Amino acid sequence: MPEIPTAQSAIETQPSSGGGQRPAGPAAAVSPIREFLLSRGNSALADRGFQWLMVLCALSIFGIVVLIAAELVRGSQLSWAKSGLAFYFSRFVDPETRLPLYWDPVNGHFSALPFVFGTLVSSFLALLLAVPLAIGVAVFLTEMCPRMLRGPLAFLTELLAAIPSVIYGLWAVFVLVPLLREYVNPSLIKLLGWTGFFNDDNPTGLGFVAAGVILAIMILPIISSLTREVMNAVPGSQREAVLALGATRWEMITMGVLRNARIGIVGAIILGLGRALGETMAVTMVIGNTPQIQRSLLASGASMASVIANEYAEAASDLHLSALTEIGLALFIVTIIVNALARLLVWAVTRGAPASAH
Amino acid sequence: MGVGIEVVSLNAWYAANHTLQDINLNIPANHATALIGPSGCGKSTFVRCLNRMHETNPIARVTGTVRIGNLDIYKDAKPVEIRRRVGMVFQRPNPFPTMSIYDNVAAGLKLNGYRNHRVLDEIVERSLKNSALWEEVKDDLKKKSGASLSGGQQQRLCIARALAVDPEVLLMDEPASALDPVSTSKIEDLIFELKSQYTIVIVTHNMQQAARVAEKTGFFLNGRMVEFDSTHKIFTNPSDKRTEDYITGRFG
Amino acid sequence: MATGLAVLSTGLVVAPLVAIFVYLIYKGASSLNFAFFTQIPKPEGEVGGGMANAIAGSGVLLGLASAIGVPIGIAGGIFLAEFGRGTKLANAVRFTADVLNGVPSIVMGVAVYGLIVTPAMPFSALSGGVALGIMMIPTVTRTTEEMLLMVPHAVREAALALGVPNWRSVLSITVKTASPGIITGCMLAFARVAGETAPLIFTAFGNSNWSVALNRPISALPLEIYRYAISPYDDQHRQAWAAALVLVILIVTAVSLVRFVTGRGVLKGAS
Repeated sequence: MPEIPTAQSAIETQPSSGGGQRPAGPAAAVSPIREFLLSRGNSALADRGFQWLMVLCALSIFGIVVLIAAELVRGSQLSWAKSGLAFYFSRFVDPETRLPLYWDPVNGHFSALPFVFGTLVSSFLALLLAVPLAIGVAVFLTEMCPRMLRGPLAFLTELLAAIPSVIYGLWAVFVLVPLLREYVNPSLIKLLGWTGFFNDDNPTGLGFVAAGVILAIMILPIISSLTREVMNAVPGSQREAVLALGATRWEMITMGVLRNARIGIVGAIILGLGRALGETMAVTMVIGNTPQIQRSLLASGASMASVIANEYAEAASDLHLSALTEIGLALFIVTIIVNALARLLVWAVTRGAPASAH
Repeated sequence: MGVGIEVVSLNAWYAANHTLQDINLNIPANHATALIGPSGCGKSTFVRCLNRMHETNPIARVTGTVRIGNLDIYKDAKPVEIRRRVGMVFQRPNPFPTMSIYDNVAAGLKLNGYRNHRVLDEIVERSLKNSALWEEVKDDLKKKSGASLSGGQQQRLCIARALAVDPEVLLMDEPASALDPVSTSKIEDLIFELKSQYTIVIVTHNMQQAARVAEKTGFFLNGRMVEFDSTHKIFTNPSDKRTEDYITGRFG
Repeated sequence: MATGLAVLSTGLVVAPLVAIFVYLIYKGASSLNFAFFTQIPKPEGEVGGGMANAIAGSGVLLGLASAIGVPIGIAGGIFLAEFGRGTKLANAVRFTADVLNGVPSIVMGVAVYGLIVTPAMPFSALSGGVALGIMMIPTVTRTTEEMLLMVPHAVREAALALGVPNWRSVLSITVKTASPGIITGCMLAFARVAGETAPLIFTAFGNSNWSVALNRPISALPLEIYRYAISPYDDQHRQAWAAALVLVILIVTAVSLVRFVTGRGVLKGAS
């Protein structure tokens, strides 16, 4: 058995130096500190109270969402009772002009069809423009950007996401719309007028194209930052595996990275769609606010959010208010579904890492 | 001054895992007691049962009796009251990162509502002197954060923090295992200093360390206490074959 | 080829941003003057005046919103990180917070209108503040949770082992350790609602006179930007740009501060 020095032997050899730091004299039987601490109680009540307060606040988040939903349902009852599902696809005819008529608050005709149409057209137009750009930016930032530029560019996209909608709208009204009116729309008519999607019957420049472009600018940062997150989650070994097979950088990106991240990228796109569907101010300021359905993308229209913003404060009747509330309810349900779907997809890729959208 | 600890048929579980099985022992007051054994043997769980830290994990469960002094800690008191009497030092130094050195030491009192600044000053100084850190930090007590110290200094800061509430028992869960040899020897010197005033229970995987600082040693294996005796006896003439296998390195 | 496409798209993204900023600064700076901060709007069509009422109004609304959103949000985050970890309730709350985060702001306005705006109190600062406050909650909750989870478990144990009551340990140790990150979350939420317009249109409504009363309609910078941008008068367009610049400076400052704090490591030395 090996010889191990034990405490007993150590006591004998231990010099008494270093003990000088010990306070002189033995400690009192019960020190004042101990007395104080003994008087503090066990705070079980305070602990329980604190925990319940936190639970209550957490539950209030629950309550708020339920309250919002209940209020939207309650407010839209009048409209639902009158039109039911027909609210979303009915169509009236103007007795004098024989033109189709969807939304006529004065005579009590309410159909959400042109707004659903407007929301869908402007949102998909925005996706069409934003998705390729967003993926390009994400690829650039994660795969090939010099380290030096990465920070500032990421910061720029962050800023882009932080600018309020109304300021995008302001810029669109004074810069984008005149630009479209003077240069872009005329050339679209000239080049693509034959398709019927670009007809010249709206000289204002306001309309779906303007709304689509400004929405694209607004949802770009969301899609690109989430795509970046998803691409970063693709393990480096995947990239190396593809490169080791002799692939070019282009093949590495498309096969090694984008293929592996595609579910997450779809999630990011859907999240961008969710944002575009509910976006209000910028769209309201440039879409033209005309409740009509036109084939031409240059025509003016209205979206679900824009009609609420425009008419809610000055609704002509209870039924009008109720119809607007029902549009709000529809928007609420659609965005919940879209967001839940997107979170699920992004989560499936980043696996539990919280998908923060900023 | 320290008090003795009496443990009677203590059992502990993590979920369905029976990590401590029927532990019985008496830990003497004002001495150092070492607990040794291979990792996962339950020795850390055991000390965490002595200040009811075990139950901070929601899946954990304990039965049995632990008396500290004459207080039955699972019957007569709430966890906070016990933890104020039983200080603990953890494996990795864990000073409060946002607090100054001074506030770290004073934390146990301040956070329990103690307000007398003159007394606090005294206690901080005395605790830092007792943990042999005073000379190294006295000039920037309130300027430097606890996290800015070296690992060894941080651990001595944690000891000072535990001493500041004037505990009766000091539990140390492998206090030197994350430290370099020089810091380790400082901590050991410190334990040697402190054991005349406090009842110290130290968990260690380092047998030489146990032999150097402790009068009593317990050997844990697979959730059971195999042998508990004077350190000298354990290291020179253990009664149990398994203890002998372990201390001679013939184990697993 | 890949490089070319990626660089091109990056350029296409950066260009509008730069365009927006340059134009905003150019128009805003040339429109900004002393009167903007000190005077209230002149009647429609007249030149001059300022937005003192809107600046004060935004202050009141954001103060109200923070008073509602920050405490509830932080408490929700504390629940998720400290008490509800791994429970079904926590998952449900987290999901609900995400849902709330996705609710379009205009819908929030509709709901708050229905809940608070009554014939007795038609439009009011209070209803606007509530709408904005609710919108702050999910951001604050989720960042608080994330930041608290970054606080090492050892720090919590250290506090508990000293016999500190749990509530005190959570507030004075865990939350305090994570406070830079939590403040960051609050600032992000603040920056987000500072520019919100849609929920205010039919809650706070706007007011062209000086008013900071909670039970009366109140003005706000984003509301004025919207109203002035679609008005026919040049001088109001000028004012809109000035207001936009002020708002963006406020928001960019908040976001940059956040960036600065997080860039330095929110929990420096906490590991």
